[in-house]
Amino acid sequence: MPGLFGYIVWLLGALLEAGVVVCAIKKKALRPYLFLNLYMASSLFVNLGRYNILQHYGLKSTQYTYFYYYSDTLLTIFLYFALTSLFSRVFSEMNAEQYVKLGAVLLLGGTAIFSYAVVHQAETKLVSRFVVELSQNLYFVGLVLTYVLWAAVLKLRETRTRLIQLVLSLGVYFSLLAANYALRNLYPSMLSIFQFLPPLVGCFLPAAWAYAFWRIPEDARLAPARLAVIR
Amino acid sequence: MMAAFILACSIIFLLQFFISYCRSLIAASVREPLSQEVQEVTGMSRPATEEEFARVVQLLQLCPERPEERGEISLIRTYFRMLGIIRSTIAKVVPSLERWASSERGQCTHFVAVVLGRRIAFSRNLFAQQMSG
Repeated sequence: MPGLFGYIVWLLGALLEAGVVVCAIKKKALRPYLFLNLYMASSLFVNLGRYNILQHYGLKSTQYTYFYYYSDTLLTIFLYFALTSLFSRVFSEMNAEQYVKLGAVLLLGGTAIFSYAVVHQAETKLVSRFVVELSQNLYFVGLVLTYVLWAAVLKLRETRTRLIQLVLSLGVYFSLLAANYALRNLYPSMLSIFQFLPPLVGCFLPAAWAYAFWRIPEDARLAPARLAVIR
Repeated sequence: MMAAFILACSIIFLLQFFISYCRSLIAASVREPLSQEVQEVTGMSRPATEEEFARVVQLLQLCPERPEERGEISLIRTYFRMLGIIRSTIAKVVPSLERWASSERGQCTHFVAVVLGRRIAFSRNLFAQQMSG
């Protein structure tokens, strides 16, 4: 069972996820950012499911392990579509939505095929290995896509503060998770430390999104060139 | 090999996103002038300097906290410390970073001073409400 600190972080994450949806509803941002809110709502339900299974079967049970990794992949796919919806918003004035959707589906398919190619020689637990591999690769694809999106924001001189903050916080989240996965692979002996990080990192994204919905009005504007580290 | 590559990319991306995110939080306060009250309490000159950061944070901690500001203050303090590390390490090799880090730290101070102004106003309202109630 996770310790007291683990439960507190878990509860905090779940409350923040619920907070995002509540803030979005209060500030009338539910529909404009539907996929972001869907991701947060599904993440909340997955957390409730995980807690339920944990209480019934325990942390080291097969049921919990399967549910954890399968739901993680599902959430990663949802987050991928949330990211795609941010692309659609940034490119909305160019009427490029169809291309964005097509590109997103092709990239998702490509990542799935690549992940399968990596694990297809495994003799046992092929599906489980595929699910874990797909999740890890999608995190990295998500990170690269967020960087591309940030570059597009700067190039197209996107000024909507809320949108900019949503993109940047997603970038911080993906970078932290990708770094964590890489560290886990590089130093498997320190697994206990790196397993501890994702729930903490997981609190950052809902906190930042709730802040963006609650504190930043939809019509707030800023010059993105001021934010760029490299010009 | 692949993991090391992903780690290197992630750290570079993380730095860029984190700096830009903190700057987006600060950006709104940059145009906001400091109230007369804050200038008197802190004795701050304009523009704010990095040396004043610690003192403004101390004053901030004396005021009743507004829960919605807790996260952003922690983040800006982390950003301020990170800039300090950049200045004492990478900036030794790239001197132009020294000036940039100092200016950014000054903006962090300004941001904290703006929050201090809001907290003073908040405390005053709270006090007025209690007096009238």
